[in-house]
Parts: sequence; structure tokens; C-alpha cells
Amino acid sequence: MTTHYLVLSALLFTIGGIGVLVRRNAIVVFMSVELMLNSCNLAFVAFSRMHGNLDGQLMAFFVMVVAAAEVVVGLAIIVTIFRTRRSASVDDANLLKY
Amino acid sequence: MGEAITFWVLAVVSVTAALGMVFSRRAVYSALMLAVVMLSLAVLYAVQDAPFLAVVQVIVYTGAVLMLFLFVLMLVGVDSSDSLVETIKGQRFYAAIAGLGFAALLGLAIGNVALGAPKGLAEVTKAGNVPAVAELIFTRYVFAFEVASALLITAALAAMVLAHRERLRAKPTQKDLSRDRFLTDNPAGLPGPGTYARHNAIDMPALLPDGSVSPLSVSPVIARHESGAVVRPTDPEMVKSYVAAARERDAEEESMSLTREAEAETPGGEKEEK
Amino acid sequence: MSPAEITQYSGGGVIGVSWLMIALPLAGAAILLLGGRRTDRWGHLLGVAMSLASFVVAVLTFVALLGRDPAQRRLDIALFDFIPAGSLDVKMGLLIDPLSISFALLITGVGTLIHIYSIGYMSHDSDRRRFFSYLNLFVAAMLLLVLADNYVGLYIGWEGVGLASYLLIGFWQFKPSAAVAAKKAFIINRVGDVGLAIGIFTLFATFGTVGFKPIFENVGGASAGVMTAVGLLLLLGAVGKSAQLPLQAWLLDAMEGPTPVSALIHAATMVTAGVYLITRSSPIFEAAPTAQLVVTIVGAATLLFGAIIGCAKDDIKKGLAGSTMSQIGYMFLAAGLGGAVGYVAAIAHLLTHGFFKAGLFLGAGSVMHAMNDEVDMRRYGGLRKIMPITFGTFMLGYLAIIGIPPFAGWFTKDSIIEAAVQKHWILGAAAILGAALTAFYMSRMVFMTFFGEKRWEPDTHPHESPANMTGPMILLAIGSVFGGAFLVLGDRFMTFLAPVIGAPGPEYHGFQPLAPPGIITFVLVLAGIGIAWTMYGKRPVPVVAPRGSFATVAARRDLFGDALNEALFMRPGQWLTRVSVWFDNRGVDGLVNGLAATIGGTSGRLRRVQTGFARSYAMFVFVGAVLVTGALLLVGTL
Repeated sequence: MTTHYLVLSALLFTIGGIGVLVRRNAIVVFMSVELMLNSCNLAFVAFSRMHGNLDGQLMAFFVMVVAAAEVVVGLAIIVTIFRTRRSASVDDANLLKY
Repeated sequence: MGEAITFWVLAVVSVTAALGMVFSRRAVYSALMLAVVMLSLAVLYAVQDAPFLAVVQVIVYTGAVLMLFLFVLMLVGVDSSDSLVETIKGQRFYAAIAGLGFAALLGLAIGNVALGAPKGLAEVTKAGNVPAVAELIFTRYVFAFEVASALLITAALAAMVLAHRERLRAKPTQKDLSRDRFLTDNPAGLPGPGTYARHNAIDMPALLPDGSVSPLSVSPVIARHESGAVVRPTDPEMVKSYVAAARERDAEEESMSLTREAEAETPGGEKEEK
Repeated sequence: MSPAEITQYSGGGVIGVSWLMIALPLAGAAILLLGGRRTDRWGHLLGVAMSLASFVVAVLTFVALLGRDPAQRRLDIALFDFIPAGSLDVKMGLLIDPLSISFALLITGVGTLIHIYSIGYMSHDSDRRRFFSYLNLFVAAMLLLVLADNYVGLYIGWEGVGLASYLLIGFWQFKPSAAVAAKKAFIINRVGDVGLAIGIFTLFATFGTVGFKPIFENVGGASAGVMTAVGLLLLLGAVGKSAQLPLQAWLLDAMEGPTPVSALIHAATMVTAGVYLITRSSPIFEAAPTAQLVVTIVGAATLLFGAIIGCAKDDIKKGLAGSTMSQIGYMFLAAGLGGAVGYVAAIAHLLTHGFFKAGLFLGAGSVMHAMNDEVDMRRYGGLRKIMPITFGTFMLGYLAIIGIPPFAGWFTKDSIIEAAVQKHWILGAAAILGAALTAFYMSRMVFMTFFGEKRWEPDTHPHESPANMTGPMILLAIGSVFGGAFLVLGDRFMTFLAPVIGAPGPEYHGFQPLAPPGIITFVLVLAGIGIAWTMYGKRPVPVVAPRGSFATVAARRDLFGDALNEALFMRPGQWLTRVSVWFDNRGVDGLVNGLAATIGGTSGRLRRVQTGFARSYAMFVFVGAVLVTGALLLVGTL
């Protein structure tokens, strides 16, 4: 059964990664990142049950905490950028280049 | 058996919702799809002997984080749908290749590993899941827990600092706002949407709720002959329609004058030669 | 009689302070150069005074030397330890002997006369003080050259006169031709100087010393090959300084300098330094017959070469310059013949030449002074009535140089011709032919300048030069008349020089004026005068030079000496430079620049990766993750 969870986790992770690559709306990109983090959590929980200890669940818990912090800061940054550039597209913020 | 059914149903739901999240044009739909994925994952946590995480998942992710996403979406503009035209050359192609490759590799890796049957958590959660997790948090992971709390506080402060707008001039008072309003042409404010045309002449455009003229309300041919009393067209689409109508009319006039000139010239030229 | 031994002199008297000869003009040059414009008013007087004082010291030294026994007349005066560096220990000292004192008298005597002459000649030049400081510098350097008792001292003087020559040829450096001529003289002299320097190195390597005395005493111990090499290298130095073939090209251009400079440096003294070097190094050349033969060939060739050039030049100074080359060719010929007779003939001719050629140059300068610095003889004519003193002194110098008895040149040149005929008939023939050519071109010069009708430029008003210019000319003319008889009759000079170069062998029978070569020469000289008279005396001289035959054109162009230098050295040098530049640009720089361009180009393309699109970077991260995962799997399965 663990294998199933891991494959699902891998699938979700890949979908999240593709989302990061193809979407231009910074908020959706962020959502994709959250999806990737969640898929990792799923793997942690599955491993936790497989090995019979709670460390995996604890790790997932800390990932959630960090993800929450990250979302807060990241969304604040998006809002700031939107305020100055009137755009939430990641492609519009491309001044730092060759 | 029950777990298997739950898994397969939720797996299909969550993958579909994830794909929908990535490929929907509207960000709000994406957020809702993400909510579906997260709720599915919460159920899967519960199935796997992690009731505490399931609850946290629902409360923190679905409740707090996703709401934050939606708030920001509202701030940025909820109805702005993304253009799905790719601007970076080959980005989608390579993303697909890399994604498929990555999934295939992960699948290969998982398939190659022989995993034993899950041991189950009954041993370690004799006192219940939440007390067991709490014991671990406050014993072995207490330092990480404290650091995580510090991180959360820092993140909260950072969000406030980042989102804070520096006020460059004094905040206008009620009096200032009132004075400004009476200095404009419309002290009583603009008319409401739709009905408040101030003239009923055929050459006067209707006003839209924001005070601009409605291009559809006046025939372009008439609008071209307008006097200065009319509000000049500012809307680009309206200007375009005016210009197009004017061009048409000019072309017509020109062709007519050309034929007239041609008619006049044929005998005139002969006269001059004589 | 073999040469007398050089003895160390430690006594006092005027010989003990003979270094004043060098020190006085050197001090004069230093004062005038360092004093700047403050010395403008009296600078020329100081220059003359220093030169005159040097001359007085030279005369007193000469008298003191005459008062000693002939075998005791070679005195070495130690001055100071110049370069004490390991095995190279150069002790500076002066060698006072009949040879060096003869030169010292010539240099200071003629030098003083020309200093005096220059007061008048340069009176209109705002830089007269600088001119005199250079002249004093030249006198000091030339005296060091002839008085030093070792080759390093000689070399310092040698380079010093080269410097003075450069400064004085380019004295009017605002004229491009003068600046170029100065550079040309300097560069061609460098070629010879390198030869001299290598010769001195070889001497040091062979003998472990550079002093004249130890080298000359040990010449017998060295191999003939080394001596020949040293002789040829010294000859190269002498050839460069004395404008002999093949380093002759600079002397004609050197006439761009003021006329007193041409008279003093490029006629009377400096250009004869080569003859001094060969005579001074006579023990070396006596041990290297091949080198001596080369010296005679160079001398014979140059005496004809210079004479032919002199025949075609319309520029009075260049004509005299060709004549100088020719006369020094005689001296080289005589010096190369070797033996007491040859050396004495060479030095005697050098001394008389110093008088009459300086006199001729001063006469030419006087004429130019009168003719608004016109140098083209076709613009002269009929000057003998207007400038009687110049005409008279010039005529005396003229009679001396073409060898009319009993003027000075006749004695000394006849000695050389006799010695050359005895050595080999070809050398004799060359010398006799040279004498005939000399008669021709000098007569041509006299006829074109002083006789015939006036061909002046309209606004010239010739006049006789002032006394301070004619005075030296008169004194030099006296030397031109009596110098030869004084030196040659009774073998006076030969006896005087015997301590240095030894006495002649028993086959020498004294000066024989009525021997067949002398008579043939005299006849040919008269023929030369006659031809010149028919061509330039009887017929009017055209103001514009006729095109002339090929020979005339060749002679006008210095017998293609410059063309040869250009073809052989300048153009290959330019090509070498161009090829080097090309190689540097394309090869060396190309490699370096190519490398830089490659790196730069690659960077320019690579930086395009930095698009500024975060998603692009994310793609790299993701692809990297794929690759890392694949690699991990690969490693895991292996």
C-alpha cells in the first residue's frame, strides 16, 4: 500500500513542478509550490506508517509550519510587487538579466 | 479494503484537481482546486493513522493558507484571467519533457524498491495519536519547535513590513476630501450607470457609470461633426471607431472627387493645348 | 730604430699639469652650458679663452717635450683609477708623446683659430654661446681622444667628439635637412663605434688590459688571427669616424652644420681621428698584414671616390667635403702602407691638410657669409676683386691641396704617392690619378668662385669679411704655405715621431721630389688644371647645372652611396619592421586577442542564458533535479 501513496505523491509533485514551470501568475506558481510541499508531506506520512514511528508525521508537521511562514512572506512580496508594477506575472519582473 | 477504496477515489480526485489547478485559466479556480487536493490529502492522512495531521492540514492549509491565497487574489484582481500564450520559447515543451522524465524516474525508483508491509503505528500511539505527537514535539523536537515558532513570528513581522505602504504625505481628512470633491466638475458625483444622459440629442453620447462616453451610443458619422460641447473621445476603442468611420467617408469623397476631376480634365487638357 | 719605451712620468712642471689641456675647454663647455643665457654676452670670449689657454698649455708641453732626450719623450701621466672592477681595472692617464702632442697642437691651434673666426661668423646667431660651448666640448673630447693612454679613454673621447659632431651638425635644428643630417651622421658613426667597441673588448679579452703600453708590449704574444680581427674592427671604427668607404655617406650631409664646424670637425680634426687610431695602434696593425692591406684598399678606393664626387658638386661645401674624404683616403693609404715612412707621411699630410683644408673651409665660409649664405658655386663668380684677402688665402690653400711645389700639400702628398708606388703600382696609380682629379675639382671650384663673370643673385652685395674672420684665414694660409716644407724637409717630422713609430729602414733615402712618380703627378696635376680651365675658366658657367653625362649624375648623387645604403639597409630594415609589426599584430596579438575574443564571445553567448525570467531559472533547477535523480538511480543500480 505504501507504494501507492508514494506514486501518488510523485505524481502530485511532478504536476506541481510543471505548474511552476508553465504558469505566469505568481499566485498560481505559489499554489504549485504548495502542491509540491503537500505531496512531500504525503510521502512522509506514508513512510511514518511503514516504519512504525511518528518522526515522519513530525516532519510533515514542521513542513506545514515552514510552508505557512513561506506563504505569508511570499504573498506579501507578491502584493508589494503588484503594488509597484500593477502586475502579478513573474515574467514582468525580469529586469535582473544580462 | 476500505482504505483501498478511499485511496483510489481520492487519488483520482486529487490528481484531477491538481491538473485542474495547473491548467485552469482563472486563478480563483486554481485556488479552489488546490483546496480539493488539500482536503483529499487530509483524508488520506486520517486514513494513515495521522488524525492530528489531518486536522492541522484542514485548519492550517485549507483554512488559513488557502484563505490567504484568496485574499491576495482579491487584492490583485480576482477576475483577471491569465493569457495562456507562452512567451518563453520552448518552455512548455521542455517542461513537459522534464516533468514526464521526472515522473518516470521517480516511478522507476519506487518500483525498484521492495517495500515491506506497513508496521502500523499502534505500538507508538498507545496513548492516542495527539498525546504521542505532543510528547515527541516537546521532548525530542523541542528545539526545532522553538525555532519554528521564532520562524513564524519573523514571517509575520516580515509580511507586515513588506505589505506596509509608506505614506508619503499626510492622510487627507474629511475636510480635504470634501474640498477636493467640490473643485471637480461633478460635486455631486457622477451619475449612476446607464440612464443619466443629460441630453436627448442624437449626437450626444450616453455616459457610462465611470463618466466616460459610450461609443455605441452615437453613430460615428454624426460624432465626427460634433462641436466642442461634447466630451472628446478618450476611450481608445471609441477613437478607433471614429477614425475608421472618418477614413471610410474620406475614401468615398476622394473617389467621387477623382471621378469628377477625371471628367473635368479630359476636355480641359485639350483646350489648353489648343 | 724601434719605438721608444713608454715611461711613467711622475715629475711636475708643465707636463705634470698637461691634463689642463682637456680640463680647460671642458670647464668652458660646462660653464657655458650650465650658465645659460646669463653667459650670452661673454660666452664666446670665454670659449676662445679656454681654447687659447689649452693651446698655450699644449705649446708649453711641446716645448717641455722637446727639451727631453728623444728616447725619453713617451711619457705616461697617471691621473686616477677610473674603473676598478675586478679584472677590468682601467686607470685613466695621459700619454704625452710626439704623436699625441702633434695632434694636440693641431687641435688646439686650428681649434683656436676657428673659435676666433666663429666670433665673426656666428655674430648674427642668437645661439652663439651654445655654439661655443659645443665647440669647447668638442675640443675637450678630441684632446681626450688623442691624449688618453688607454683604449677606454680613447673611446670616451671618440664618443664625445661624435656627440659634439651630432650637436654641431644639427646646430640649426630648425632646418629639417640639418636635423636629418645630424641623425644620419650619428647613426652611421654608431656602426663604426660598435666595431671599435668590439675591438676594445677583444683586446681586453686577449690581453686582460686596455692600456696602450701593456698591449703594445705584448702584441707578439697574441695570434695573428686575433690581431687581424682586432685590426679590422679598429678599422671599422676608423672608417666610420673618418667617413671612408663604406661608411662615407654621412660626411657630405654633415655640411649642413655651420661652416666653422665643417672646417674644424669635418675637415681638420675629428675626421682624422681614424688616422690617429690606426697610427696609434701601429703595433697591432704591424702584426696584422691583412688588416693593413684592407686599410690601404679602403684608403685608395676612398681617395678616388671622394675626388670623383668632388668633381661634380656645385655646393662649395660639399665639394670640399668630397675633397676631405679624398684626402683622408690618402692618409689611410699611407697609414695602411705601414712602416715609419707610411705613418709619417700619413700624419704629416694630416697636419698640412688640417691647415689648408681648414683654410679652404674658412674661405668658403667667408664667401658664403658675403653671399647671403648662398652655397651654389654657379651663383658665384668674379669674387676675386671684391674679396681679395679671402681670394688670396683660398688660393694659397688651393695651391697647397693640389700639390704645387713648394706649398705644403706637395711635400706631404708626394711622400704618400712615392710610398704607394713603392708598395704596389695599382696603389700608386690610384694615388696619382687622385692627385689629378684633385687638381681638376679644386681648379673648378676656384674658377667658378673667384673668376669669370658675376652670376650673383640680384640682391647680394658681397664684401670682404671682418678681421676676426680673415685673421685666422691668413694664419692658416701661412701654415698651408710653409707647413709641408717645415715638416718634410730634412726629415724633421720623421725624426720627431721616431720615438713613437720607429725610424725607417735603410732602404729609405729621404724626400725625393724629382723621382719619376713626382714628375708624372705634377704633369697630371697641370693637365687637371688645364681641363678645368677649358671647362670652367674659358667658357661661361651656366647658372643652372646642365644635365650632364651618367658619370656626372652619379657623382652628383654621391656615386649612389645613399641609394646603396637605402637598398641594402634601409629598405630591408623597413621590411623587417613591417614583417615584425605584422607578426606582432597578427601572430602574437592575434593569438592573445583571439583567445580573449573567444572567451568574450562565449561569455557573450552564455550570458544570454540569464534571461531574467524566473521560470527559465526554475526550468534549469528542475532539469537539474531530473539529472541528479537519474544519476542517483544510475549509481544505485550499478
